[in-house]
Amino acid sequence: MQRVGVFVCWCGSNIAGTVDVQAVSEALKNEPGVVFSANYQYMCSQAGQEMIKTAVKEHHLTGIVVCSCSPRMHEATFRKTAVAAGLNPYMVEIANIREQCSWVHKDVTAGTEKAIILGKAAIAKVNLNTPLTPGESPVTKRALVIGGGIAGIQTALDIADAGFPVDVVEKQPTIGGKMAQLDKTFPTLDCAACILTPKMVDVAQNDKIRIFSYSEVTDVRGFVGNFDVTIKKKARFVKEDVCTGCGACVEKCPMKKIPNEFNLGMDNRHAIYIPFAQAVPKVATIDPDACNMLKNGKCGICSKVCAAGAIDYKQKDEIIEETYGAIVVATGFNPISMEKFDEYAYSQSKDVITSLEFERLTNAAGPTAGMLVRPSDGKHPHTLVFVQCVGSRCESCAEKGKEYCSKICCMYTAKHAMLTRDKYPDTEVYVFYVDVRTPGKNFDEFYRRAVEEYGVKYVKGMVGKIVPEGDKLKVQASDLIANKQLHLDADLVVLAAAIEPDHSARPLATMLTASMDTNDFFTEAHPKLRPVESPTAGVFLSGTCQGPKDIPETVSQAGAAASKVIGLLVKDKLTGNPCVAIANELTCNGCSSCERVCPYGAISYLDKEFRMPDRTTKIRRVASVNPAVCQGCGACTVACPSGAMDLNGFMNNQIMAEVDAICK
Amino acid sequence: MKVRYFPGCTLKNRAKDLDTYAYRSAEALGITPEEIENWQCCGGVFTTARDEVATKLASVRALKDASDSNLPLVTVCSACHNVIKQTNHAMQTNKEFSDKVNRYLEADGGYNGEAEVYHYLEMLRDLVGFEKVKERVVNSLKGKKIAAYYGCLLLRPHKVMRMDDPENPTVMEDLLRALGADAVVYARRNECCGGYISVESPDAAKKNANAILENAKAAGAEMIITACPLCKYNLVKNGADIPVVYFTELLAEALGVKGEPNET
Amino acid sequence: MKHNNDLREEILRMSGVDTAKCMKCGKCSATCPAYDEMEYHPHQFVGMVEIGEIEPLLSSESLYKCLSCFACVDRCPRGVAPAKVVEAVRLTAIRRQGANHMTANDVPLILETDTPPQLLVSAFRKYTK
Repeated sequence: MQRVGVFVCWCGSNIAGTVDVQAVSEALKNEPGVVFSANYQYMCSQAGQEMIKTAVKEHHLTGIVVCSCSPRMHEATFRKTAVAAGLNPYMVEIANIREQCSWVHKDVTAGTEKAIILGKAAIAKVNLNTPLTPGESPVTKRALVIGGGIAGIQTALDIADAGFPVDVVEKQPTIGGKMAQLDKTFPTLDCAACILTPKMVDVAQNDKIRIFSYSEVTDVRGFVGNFDVTIKKKARFVKEDVCTGCGACVEKCPMKKIPNEFNLGMDNRHAIYIPFAQAVPKVATIDPDACNMLKNGKCGICSKVCAAGAIDYKQKDEIIEETYGAIVVATGFNPISMEKFDEYAYSQSKDVITSLEFERLTNAAGPTAGMLVRPSDGKHPHTLVFVQCVGSRCESCAEKGKEYCSKICCMYTAKHAMLTRDKYPDTEVYVFYVDVRTPGKNFDEFYRRAVEEYGVKYVKGMVGKIVPEGDKLKVQASDLIANKQLHLDADLVVLAAAIEPDHSARPLATMLTASMDTNDFFTEAHPKLRPVESPTAGVFLSGTCQGPKDIPETVSQAGAAASKVIGLLVKDKLTGNPCVAIANELTCNGCSSCERVCPYGAISYLDKEFRMPDRTTKIRRVASVNPAVCQGCGACTVACPSGAMDLNGFMNNQIMAEVDAICK
Repeated sequence: MKVRYFPGCTLKNRAKDLDTYAYRSAEALGITPEEIENWQCCGGVFTTARDEVATKLASVRALKDASDSNLPLVTVCSACHNVIKQTNHAMQTNKEFSDKVNRYLEADGGYNGEAEVYHYLEMLRDLVGFEKVKERVVNSLKGKKIAAYYGCLLLRPHKVMRMDDPENPTVMEDLLRALGADAVVYARRNECCGGYISVESPDAAKKNANAILENAKAAGAEMIITACPLCKYNLVKNGADIPVVYFTELLAEALGVKGEPNET
Repeated sequence: MKHNNDLREEILRMSGVDTAKCMKCGKCSATCPAYDEMEYHPHQFVGMVEIGEIEPLLSSESLYKCLSCFACVDRCPRGVAPAKVVEAVRLTAIRRQGANHMTANDVPLILETDTPPQLLVSAFRKYTK
């Protein structure tokens, strides 16, 4: 028989306001096994914990029940208290009389009654508790970063800087991500390439970092400290270690009308290509959908002109299997399609472009070498209209767009407008906005400069319709301050398209068993206190895969994710969770039901010799749980037809005792 | 195949062309339109107020007729289509409304939005198929630059009409291409012609109609097709200097079944 | 200012619109083909109904200028449906006794040889109870 102590917490008035705590501690005094029962204002406080420790010593307690807040909140606290008092931490049970009782009830009588019942259930359980000891698992001291944009780059550099090897997996032929496509960056207007490309080179030259470009993660197994990851390195038909990036093949390739993704289709590339001059790795890639040699065996010019002999038309996808201690997701974002917003005539006129296209159009390395001209006729635009919030902040029942604010558009639009006015003073620049949101260091000052010093015309109101007619774009918009409908003839219209998570994120989340919100952004373990950790142990979040953010924020988060990874990788061993499944070999009939439902692959089968009643022996197939892999989800205990599977800390008899106590 | 057919008020007088050529073309394509007996005017516009019942009863009667005969209900006038389709949607989704309607109608077995409503264009696209239309063309419209004018009623509200992308519709352009013509795409094809405002503010209607015409012409249109008598009226009344015809007339011409004109 | 909350509730119920969803972007008024004819514009209908300032709308000619073309409904990023608000206010006005905006006596003035019945039918449906 246990000697149980009951400790009822007031939580100030949080619990005591709706629950008569005195009555609860009195009522629970007479439960089986209970030798001590008390209540206190804040059980989690230093004084409250001392009270528990003293009671353990004075009353020789073997089990503790704390009636307080959710175990998510303070179970760990009270387990530490138990350890300090010389008890096994798993001899503590929490009765949640706050979230599940006082907060949801208004009536004191009902609240008190329910709190007593919850307390009784916890006492019934703790009477059956046994001390548990967690196992340990080793930590593979290598990290995987998925995504090679600025988020992934910064995370990889910071982890490598601490001395741990890092692999970066990037699905494009080069790392760099969206930032590589940008022209200038707000609010300081430094050139994106000037600050990004040195970091890309650092990644390439760091001997702790391996880059798997043109590659995808196809499978993830295992758990924190030991993730077994399969990476598919797609055939680029060029030997990466032989290619010198000289570009001779690109020059001679006869297939030169392939829309160039890097410039968002505003110019063309060849079938063999290097995305941009500062690409890392700087090696060529053959587009198998465009290459004549690969499609029908006719051509082979690139192979002939390659002095290094790097072309390999027979190259196959390569499968790489590697183990990692930690995984960082940095899969980034894309602007949404403008397909459903054709009131803005994006599909009808080349001169209606997205903001990312505008970046390429003003970038010195872009399709026009930085000359701002109309894509349709190459003419200099005089009147430019920027439309904000296209697809952002849409109510879900509007059936198009996203509900959230994309966060970066106000600032990049101010930047575009300001730079346009700076470089081309003959232009008239209008920005139509719903709200201008500039919460960031030097952000509002930047926006005001666009208005006050550069004469950008900000109009409060949305654009309703854009009509291409002749060589003009007729813009119909609201000016809500003047209470007017405006009609402008524009030469170029730039749409601030909402951003969304990259489409690779959803399948990746499934592989990682990491949770996502309804918008496919990865969910953090705690929105305020654990912003770079996924709820799945060992999976961390970096950059826009977690939510819209700008470059400074992304870089801070990338560093934070790296520090969390480093904190994990410096450990030699991880303490596991002792609440894992156990198989009763005597009752197991080897049916495999548990193995089939286990999401972690923690169950295997052994052929074991058993002594039979008639003194003969028999070999039987029985389940065996790997405690290092088991996450204690309990699926197997439900699936087992013979009741042979049980879960430490949540044994069937403990759960039934709780139910009995509640239903008594 | 047979369909139940709701012509609407204007198709029996001012817009006889829309009606006659719809019949002739349908028959050429193997569709038999059966006109609903004793159909009543749809009312021209759907009253969006949720508590408005009486003005929607005529549409419900037509819908019930189609539902009872187990045939799709086909309309050709944009306004009739809009009113009937929105009424059907209200019968499907607004229980309070459908209960009231059923008490008025005392219809056998009641009606709860079972009918399938097709605009003639949807019928061509979904029941006949533009490929089949293309095969039946005898007088190709090759080389003709024709602009489709949708107006508002065919497409909106999109959540109910579900006919096409409301901002970038293609059904009429696809029809034009099937008939061999060059479809002229222009941004104002889904803007309002002015509708009934021409009763009170002819100048406002004129402004809208002119903007549409200018936009279509700037895009190279030599002719405009429409499915709505009121659209045609507003465009023609306000000085269209290119032909504005019903899409059914063009269809009948291409299919070689135009026959004698009959406009009153 | 005196605000009429009963009328506000009635209009919200009739229209089925939740005016609180409006984020005041003005896209409805930006897209309205009848804007220049109106004293109060679509976004003002939504905003004024939201705060219960409905009497000025009831007596405004703007009620009869909306074309019910639904451009504002389909383009509203918040799913607010301003045209339905306008219609509910208009019905509130014309349902009052003797408040029909158009009568049969007006027809001869409008009627021309080419007037399609659809025009009259639609106008009557919009302007009378």
